[in-house]
Formats: sequence, C-alpha cells, structure tokens
Amino acid sequence: MLDLRQYNSLGEALRAALERWPDETCLIETDRDRENVRMTYREFQHAALPLARALQDAGFKDGTRAAIIMTNQSKWLISAYAIFFCGGVLVPLDYKLTRAEQLHLLAHSKAEFLAVEYHLWRALTRAEGFKNLAMRVVLVSEAPAGADLAGARRWEEFRDRREPAFVPRSRKDQACIVYSSGTGGRPKGCVLTHENYLEQCVALTSLYPFWPGVRYLSILPTNHAIDFMVGFIGPFTCGAAVVHLRTLRPDYIRDAFTRYKITYMSLVPLVLKNLERGLRQRFEELPKARRKMLNALVAVNRALTLRRPKLLLSRALLRQVHAAFGGELRALFVGGAFTEPATLQFFYDLGILVGNGYGCTEAGTVITVNDFNPFRADTVGKPLPGIELRILNPDAEGIGEVAVRSNTVMSHYLDEPQMTAEAIVDGWLLTGDLGRVDATGHLRLFGRKKNMIVTEEGKNIYPEDIETAFEGLPLKEFCVFAANFLWPARAMVGEQLILVIHPEPGQTVTHELIAEISDRNRHLLNYKRVCGYFIWEHDFPLTASLKIKRGELAEQIRRSLDRSAVVPL
Amino acid sequence: MTTLQTTMEQILQLAAEHFKFPREKLTPDDDFFKKLGINSLQALDLLTRLEQHFHIELPDYELQGVSDFRTLAERIQSRL
Repeated sequence: MLDLRQYNSLGEALRAALERWPDETCLIETDRDRENVRMTYREFQHAALPLARALQDAGFKDGTRAAIIMTNQSKWLISAYAIFFCGGVLVPLDYKLTRAEQLHLLAHSKAEFLAVEYHLWRALTRAEGFKNLAMRVVLVSEAPAGADLAGARRWEEFRDRREPAFVPRSRKDQACIVYSSGTGGRPKGCVLTHENYLEQCVALTSLYPFWPGVRYLSILPTNHAIDFMVGFIGPFTCGAAVVHLRTLRPDYIRDAFTRYKITYMSLVPLVLKNLERGLRQRFEELPKARRKMLNALVAVNRALTLRRPKLLLSRALLRQVHAAFGGELRALFVGGAFTEPATLQFFYDLGILVGNGYGCTEAGTVITVNDFNPFRADTVGKPLPGIELRILNPDAEGIGEVAVRSNTVMSHYLDEPQMTAEAIVDGWLLTGDLGRVDATGHLRLFGRKKNMIVTEEGKNIYPEDIETAFEGLPLKEFCVFAANFLWPARAMVGEQLILVIHPEPGQTVTHELIAEISDRNRHLLNYKRVCGYFIWEHDFPLTASLKIKRGELAEQIRRSLDRSAVVPL
Repeated sequence: MTTLQTTMEQILQLAAEHFKFPREKLTPDDDFFKKLGINSLQALDLLTRLEQHFHIELPDYELQGVSDFRTLAERIQSRL
C-alpha cells in the first residue's frame, strides 16, 4: 500500500494511487447479473479529470463544498475524487433521506456543487422547497435523453482533455462534512479533516490489509463512514478493487460473492443475520447423513481455531460453505449497530471471520474492532492502533460512558460550537455509549446514555428528528423518547421510540386523536416509527428558550411510570 | 389489460404465499412491514418474487419509502 504518512490530503493520496497501479482494476459495477462498468485506475483517472476540469471551469476553488447524492456506484467515487483533486470539501448525503431532509442538509452545508443521480434529482425538483435550493452547478448522472434537468447539466457530458490543476490541501484542512444526525431538526455535520481519514486508513489497513487483486464488495451506502473508508479510501490507497452492487436483493448479494471472488465486505447486522438465516436453512435441508458430517466438521473447525483463526484450514475443512462465499473471502466487517454474539459465533465456527466493530462518524469511522487473537463474540474488540479509550465515571461494575481520544476524531460540528463543546471535552470525544473494558482490553457495550436508538440496519434515529411528524396535533405539548433513555436498560437490541403526549387541561384524548397519531406514524419510514405512546398530565420542564429539558422530563417520568404505561400503536 | 385491482389481488396472494400468512387477513392498505412482521431485506425478497411473476424489473429505489400494498401495486402497475 501507499505510505500514507507521506501525503497531506485524500486527493494527494488518491492521485498517487492512480499513478502507481494504472493497470489494476479499481472498479466493477454490476446491476443484478449485468456488469455495467469495469475500469482500471488509469481509466478511473481519465473519467475523473475531465470532471475536475469542468468543476474548475465553473469556479470551483479550494475549500468549495460539493455534495454527492448517489447510490453505490462508480460515479460516486469518480465524483468524490474530482472534488478532492480540486481541493474541495465533500458533503456525502444519504440517498435514502426524504427530499425535504436532503434539501435541508444541502442548505445547511452551504454546498455549491452537487452530483446526483437522475431519479433522485427528479424527486428533488418536485419537492416543496426546491425553488430555494441555491446551487452553482448540479451534475445529473444517467438522465434519459430529452429529460428535463431543471437547469442541471449532464454528468456524462464532460470530455474536456485539458489538464485540470491539482489543488493541494494540508492535513488539518477539511475533507468532508458528514451528517450523523439532525436530518429533521438541528443538523450535526461532522467536519472531518484529511488527517482524520489518512490516520484512520493507516490504522484499519494495519489490521485488515488490502493489496492489488483484493476485491471489496460495496453494498453499504458510500456516504456512510464505513463504506467511504473500507469501500473507497482503504482499497484505493492499496491498489485493490471495489465491486459495486446496485441492488440489495439477497439473491444477488449471494451471487456476487461467487462471481467476483470477494475478499472483504462490510455489512450491517440485518444483512449478516439474513446470511445466517439463509445458511441455516440450507443446512436444515441437507440429508441427515450430510448434516451430521457438516456438524462434525464445524466442531473440528471450532476446536482447531479456538486460539486464532486458520483460514486455509477452515476453507479446506468446510469447502462447500466457503465456496458459497466465493472461496476467497478473508473477512466480513459488521458495524453500525449491535450484532448478537450468537450470530458472530455461528460464522466464526464456519471459519468465516466477522470483524465486529464499533465506531461513530464523530470518531472518524471505527473505534474498536475484533482482532481475532483470540476471537471474542461478546465484545466489539479492542481500540484501533492510535486510539485511546477511557470509561468515564464507571459504576461498581466498571460500566461508564465510552470516551475516545485520537487524531481520527472530527474537528467539530459545522456551525455548532456549543454542540461541539458538549461532545469533545478536553480533547476526549464523549460517545454517549455505555461500556466496560475488560482485563484483555476488549470493549463490551451495555447500552446508551444518549436519547437515541440504532436499528439493525445501522440507522441512528434521534427522537428530535421525528417530532416534526407530530407537529400541529391538538395537544398542549408532546415529546418523543428512546424507551431505553426513559427507562435505562442494559440492552443494545430491540430499541424503540415512545411518544409522550400532554393534553390541554380538561382535554379528553379521543379515538380520533389517536387515529391521527397512528396515521402520521404510518407515514414515517418504517424504522422511524414510534412503537407506542402514553399520556403525561404534567407540564414539561422547559428552558428559557422554551426547549424541552429532556433529561429532566425523563427523570420525572421515570419516577412515576414504568414501561407498562406504554400503549402500543 | 391487467387492472390495478387484479394486480393488487395477485400481490396480496403472492405475499401471503411467500410469507405463509393467511390471505384473508391482508388488505390493500396494510403496512406490509408491520402486518407480515418483515424487515427491509425480506421486503426486497418479496419484490424479486413479484418481478418474476409480473415479468418486470423494479429498481430497489422504487420501493424506498413504500410500506403499503396499495402504493406497491401502483408502482408495479405503472410498469406493466
């Protein structure tokens, strides 16, 4: 791999990679079973430089902010490289957000350029508030011939071969603004520097190396910190290839493993569990004798890999299982949400390594990951090299808030000095997660201190962000809480949201009102819905600026009600 | 030509078969995540099954934000 200590910016490191491995394949893009794109590092450069030139011709300067809203595909990475080449700051936005949320974040980030897929752009142009979108240039990819682009330009039209000028950046300059929450309210735009990414990349690849010939399967959205690092920066700075699969259909994910002989893949617990379910079903369907044989081989593999993994031995012992994963898989990375130890153990016993990690955008992706020496299904592993970890105010069992200090920790929240001061105290990032470090240095998580939930799909949901869905209801006031924030539970699964309603004095909560709440709840995306409500007859404690003091309210509720008060919706 | 109503009926029938759920308990306005107790990947699996049946191809993004059978039927109908 490149020695990343020699480079000051992502643009500089990526440029060096394109020059170092011109003939290696860097990108393969497949839609179901149809391969759309296969390009080498040289071809990648030929595709990106005209785009960089076009950006510069349109007035793009160092520090200019440019957003990308695209699904996982080659043009995402090409656009990002062109932005870094020009010294820009990348704003990767989640293509799954609602149009209103995307417009909100585009405005908040003050991005001046946007690269977007046609179907996403079309939806944006029809959204309320589109007329307020202030962009200097919008590049729309994959638009049908004759489509109305509402003033945007075609991503594919740039063929200018005049060399763009490379714009150097320093390590402390901003590289990306990544939104970790606040899509519906007060956005938390994590400002990450070039140093944050370069250091994270060095640390990660020291544990999980990439090299030319390695193939990483990308299905997590590239705007997400994990895929951006292990599905772009990591493989590219090592001359490896990224395979983009433009569908999440389980059938095609399975097919991609064998077709492309995948080496690594990142996924969220939901997908991992789905793979587990599929394998278990196939094992169940085996004739009795073969199943018995398989169980015996799994037991042998388990016994032989107790201290450390032996990949070649496992591949030989459980040939057919490994063949279903393409035969060259070295590890799956799971993160973004809590993974059940039983699932991790299931794969480990088959000789399929799952690097269980823990991190957050604010910490520059990964904080801890399993190093397999030995494998521990009950923890999220040890801190990456260069990351200091502390447990603040531990209780009698050693459980307290996880705090992190590292040069991978973000610089600040965009335009939010107060929120930054609350999140980073004396150089330590307070994660809001509760954990304990054992004698061997492994971190085990026990729940959350903060008012939020994480779904199995790795989506962080903040109650404040969904309260807008219930605005205007005929009530005195209302509030949404994470159930485990109201009633602390040492659990990382099955997290739910609860709506607290406070009617006007003398007001009866009618069936119609509940039906209205139910209806609004249904219009939220399924993973953002509240699971129930309860009535609270007291005034909410408020700050001088009339914001709800959530911590105080939670305490009051906790003193007089328990979970049985929740009426399911 | 297939009407929206027939498309809907076929979708409900296929969903009931696919997830082994009583057909008579499914209605067009049901939230299929909640009613069938499925996650987003299982919903994509159902989509693949529906594509095979109707001989169409629906990109994943067509299902984004869709959680009731009626909207799903409309999306499919527009491609028939």
